[in-house]
Amino acid sequence: MNRIWLFFHKMGSPPWFYRFSGRLLPWLWGLFLVSAALGLYLGLFKAPPDYLQGESARIMYVHVPAAWMSMLIYVLMAVMGFVGLVWHVRLAEILAMCSAPIGAFFTAIALATGSLWGRPTWGTYWVWDARLTSELVLLFLYLGVIALYNAFDEPRKAARAASLLALVGVVNLPIIHYSVTWWNTLHQGASISATGSSIHPSMLWPLLIMAIATKFFYAANLLVRTRSRLLEQDHRKQWVRDVIMGTGN
Amino acid sequence: MDHAPFILAAYAIAAVLLAWCALSPVLGGRKLIERLRRAYRETERDHAPKP
Repeated sequence: MNRIWLFFHKMGSPPWFYRFSGRLLPWLWGLFLVSAALGLYLGLFKAPPDYLQGESARIMYVHVPAAWMSMLIYVLMAVMGFVGLVWHVRLAEILAMCSAPIGAFFTAIALATGSLWGRPTWGTYWVWDARLTSELVLLFLYLGVIALYNAFDEPRKAARAASLLALVGVVNLPIIHYSVTWWNTLHQGASISATGSSIHPSMLWPLLIMAIATKFFYAANLLVRTRSRLLEQDHRKQWVRDVIMGTGN
Repeated sequence: MDHAPFILAAYAIAAVLLAWCALSPVLGGRKLIERLRRAYRETERDHAPKP
């Protein structure tokens, strides 16, 4: 069997996943801390102020990575939910459901920091602009997925229902992404695209490093949440007893 | 307009929310492990041979 397929088959086994993720976690947290410290140092102390927006543009180093993560996590949650729905992979269901609160946190950060950036730049904390409104809808979608999952007693039935809602909500992602081109919005257009960037490298690098840091944060946080969920769901199984009583790791 | 309060507030909110997001599952996980350990010990005690 192909080595990659073998790896994915192993990942489907809760005891194997628990042990593997336990070994991975310190590395992910460490990489997050190092990259976040570097990104913040470069963004807050080394990068120049924006020629138009001044010092307030430094909010970008937390706002933009959070906004990117809010959408990326939703895509991953929908993909894992789809895998859970179609192939009944329990671990995919758990990963999808554990992604929802992390995505909600990043969306809340994007909205709050964007609002604080908007006040000195636009003169207002909030406008019902297409980008801001669709991002708020994304937060409500995350909250809906979390609420629907918690509304059921049986976790697998709950994950299936919440995954369906997550899949329906995917329609909001292109609306968020293209809102600044489809409509005349107060929010600025994209500065980074597949063809290049209009941001000077001195500001682009801290932004990219912070974007990488948030990915490590998501991966580490997702593993912590998934490990707890596995212990909770499998508490009657021998492998959980071995882990808890110290005979496993 | 002084931008410093807005920058500080944005980073403070982000730090608080990220810390909450990171710590809540860790604390919840510890509580769960403690609860399960107690439950396993109780079942072991119940199934232990009586003198």
